[in-house]
Amino acid sequence: MTEISNCKGLVSSISEYLDGELPPELCAELEKHMSECENCTIVVNTMRKTIDLYRQPAPDNPLPDEIKSRLYARLHLEDYLDKQIPEHP
Amino acid sequence: MTEESLNNSNISLAALKAGDRAEFARLVDATSNHIYRLALKILRDPQDAEDVLQESYIKALRALPEFEGRSSLSTWLYRIAVNEALMLLRKRRVNLVPVEEDPDEDDLQAGMVLTDWRFLPEDELLSAESRRRLEQAVDTLPETLRVVFMLRDMEGLSIRETAGMLGLTETAVKTRLLRARLKLRNQLSVYFGERLTENSSE
Repeated sequence: MTEISNCKGLVSSISEYLDGELPPELCAELEKHMSECENCTIVVNTMRKTIDLYRQPAPDNPLPDEIKSRLYARLHLEDYLDKQIPEHP
Repeated sequence: MTEESLNNSNISLAALKAGDRAEFARLVDATSNHIYRLALKILRDPQDAEDVLQESYIKALRALPEFEGRSSLSTWLYRIAVNEALMLLRKRRVNLVPVEEDPDEDDLQAGMVLTDWRFLPEDELLSAESRRRLEQAVDTLPETLRVVFMLRDMEGLSIRETAGMLGLTETAVKTRLLRARLKLRNQLSVYFGERLTENSSE
C-alpha cells in the first residue's frame, strides 16, 4: 500500500476514495494531506465533479427514424411503429 | 444505469413472458435508444451498433422464459446488449485482457492540470458544447480504458460486475478506472480552464 501522505500516493488512491471504498484510516490520511496541499484538493474536487458530470443523464436524443424502422421490421413489430401503445391493464 | 424511462413505462414482465407483442413493443420503445447509444459508445461504429441493437432484443426474447426478475428488466436487457457489444469488440480482436498493468505513479501524475473549474455555473458545465467535449474526451480514451469507464461510471455497474463482464480482475478494473478518470479530468480541466479564462476576461 502506498503512503497517502504525499501527492503521488494520493493520486493512486483518489478513485477508491471518491467511490467510498477506501478504508477509514486511509481516508483520514488522505484528507489530512488534502488539508495541507491545495493542488491535491483541486485534483480531488475536479475529479469528483468530472465523474458527476458523466453521470448526468444525456438529453433525450431519439433513435434515428431509419434505425428504428429497421429494428421494428427485424422484430416483426411494424404494426407498433410510431403508435402510442396503452399500458398493460 | 438509466432505469427511469423504463420504470416510468411500467412494463409487465408477466405480459412479456406470455408473448404479448404490444408489451414487447413498449419495452423496445422504452429501451432501444439507450441500447443504441450504449453500443455506439462502445463500438464507435453505427453499423455495428445497429447490429447490437437488433441482436440484443432477439437474444432477450429467447432468454425471457429463464429471466427470473432478480435484477430489473432494464438492467438485464442492458447487460445482454453490453455482452453483444463486447463480443463484437473481441471479434475485432481488440485485446480487452492484456498483461496486468502496474501503474507507474509518476506517469499518473504527469501533466496534471491544476485549474479549479468546479464552480463554473451548472448551465455552463452542462451546455451542449460542454456535453460535446465530454463525449469527445471519452472517445479519445484507449479502448481498454473506455469500456471500463463506460460500464462503471456511465452505466453504473459495480467494480465486481465490470470485472465479471470484461473477464478482468477487480484490481485491473480499478487501475483502468483510475487511469480513465485521471485522463478525463485532465481533458475537462483544460477545456473548462479555457472557459474560466474567457469568463474572467469578459
